[in-house]
Amino acid sequence: MPRIASSGPGSVPRWILAIAIIGALFVVLPLVAMVVRVNWGEFIPLITSESSVDALLLSLRTSAAATALCIVFGVPMALVLARTSFPGQRIARSLVLLPLVLPPVVGGIALLYTFGRQGLLREPMNVLGIQIAFSTTAVVLAQTFVALPFLVLSLEGALRTVGTRYEAVAATLGAGPTTVLRRITLPLVLPALVSGSVLSFARALGEFGATLTFAGSLQGVTRTLPLEIYLQRETDPDTAVALALVLVAVAVLVVGLAHQAGSRTRAGGGLL
Amino acid sequence: MAAAVLTGEAACAGTSAGTAAGTSTPGASASAAATTAPAGTITVFAAASLKATFTKLGTDFEAANPGTTVTFSFAGSSDLVTQITGGAPADVFASADTKNMTKLTTTTLVSGTPVNFATNILEIATPPGNPAGVKTFQDLANPDITTVICAPAVPCGAATVTIETATGVTIPAVSEESAVTDVLGKVSSGEADAGLVYATDVQGAGNTVEGVPFAESSTAVNTYPIAALSATKSPELAQAFIDYVTGTDGQAVLTTAGFGKP
Repeated sequence: MPRIASSGPGSVPRWILAIAIIGALFVVLPLVAMVVRVNWGEFIPLITSESSVDALLLSLRTSAAATALCIVFGVPMALVLARTSFPGQRIARSLVLLPLVLPPVVGGIALLYTFGRQGLLREPMNVLGIQIAFSTTAVVLAQTFVALPFLVLSLEGALRTVGTRYEAVAATLGAGPTTVLRRITLPLVLPALVSGSVLSFARALGEFGATLTFAGSLQGVTRTLPLEIYLQRETDPDTAVALALVLVAVAVLVVGLAHQAGSRTRAGGGLL
Repeated sequence: MAAAVLTGEAACAGTSAGTAAGTSTPGASASAAATTAPAGTITVFAAASLKATFTKLGTDFEAANPGTTVTFSFAGSSDLVTQITGGAPADVFASADTKNMTKLTTTTLVSGTPVNFATNILEIATPPGNPAGVKTFQDLANPDITTVICAPAVPCGAATVTIETATGVTIPAVSEESAVTDVLGKVSSGEADAGLVYATDVQGAGNTVEGVPFAESSTAVNTYPIAALSATKSPELAQAFIDYVTGTDGQAVLTTAGFGKP
């Protein structure tokens, strides 16, 4: 018979607590195992080698750019999905969220067939003289592709939760659609926007499959931290583990900072 | 062929095992002595580049030795070494280079001496029709030709560096991939004008890529060793499979796939 835990916040049945702890261990234990394997004596030289620093800086740069693109395109997408209704909206939503369930390698192949030299857009790109293959731009595109659903998903959810009451009131008081968006809607969903952006950034930071398939791997140009880890693993497991820890640390730091920022602006909201 | 394999005695397999382990001249051991593999199952850990040939060899071996089952695990050689060191249940290891095999022979994980059973050289792969008109290794130095190579850390990249050093040609590669399959993918999709891959990769890719062999590839010949592992519970079956790979039939399959003689 499940008993109710007498103390603690919210009080959940003890068996729920037990399962939750096992679940948490499942996530935490591999991280602990990795930390144990780090060669601490060599840690600093390993992560400050030229190739490591290049990979980290490239990752941060491209992830920031990808997050910016996610915000630019994701906010209007979430607004359209949450605030309008049009035929085929359900299908549109499923398609937008597709990169979430698509294996990144498949995403990379799809991008290749779109923006590649032999891709769908080769004629207009040739006319404009744009070369995306093997460039940092390709990395940003791959990261944006996989990260965009995270922003759209969390923002759309928040928009639906907040509802349209305040917007309706503002409109009756004479505010135009853009004013309502700027003064009412966006401030209301700001926490969700922040947490969605952070999720997108974290996803972009960890992007591997699509980048490998679509952008290639060259130090300082397209070899992001996950690709560097994958390569180092072949010959130098110590460096791979050290860099993996750096990646985890950066991700935890970013998520933690934004979580704080999010809860300061307004409690709750979004996926975080 | 099957009859010759089936006529031998069980003891005979043991004898040929002893001779094959010490020799590095495949063909002689297995074809001279008829072998019978004892029934059972073995797991062969083989380099990813052996996938097509070893899958065929496994099927042929099972057909020639009723009652035997050969299962495979294909991955990068260094991945397989990591797995074997970690206690993965493997009976035979076939590596794409001697370096990774040496990692195991320096421990007690390998029983006997590894036998070299194949070689592989690099070849230039181009998209069908060779749009950039690549003819020689020197052409790859042209920055207008988009070339993709393997990173120096992986075997195909190490071979690339060896040839670059030997010829004094520097390739301004647009990408240094972690796996030879990624190089092949960039070429077959038309993203790259040329890529340096193994001759067997060009052969295996069919008409999705075109091969341009070059003489300088002889400066970096990759040797494939195979060995039974000490952890095996079926040492005779493991040895019988190794004999089959190094024997006439196995060598014929490997040659067809584009591998060279050791």
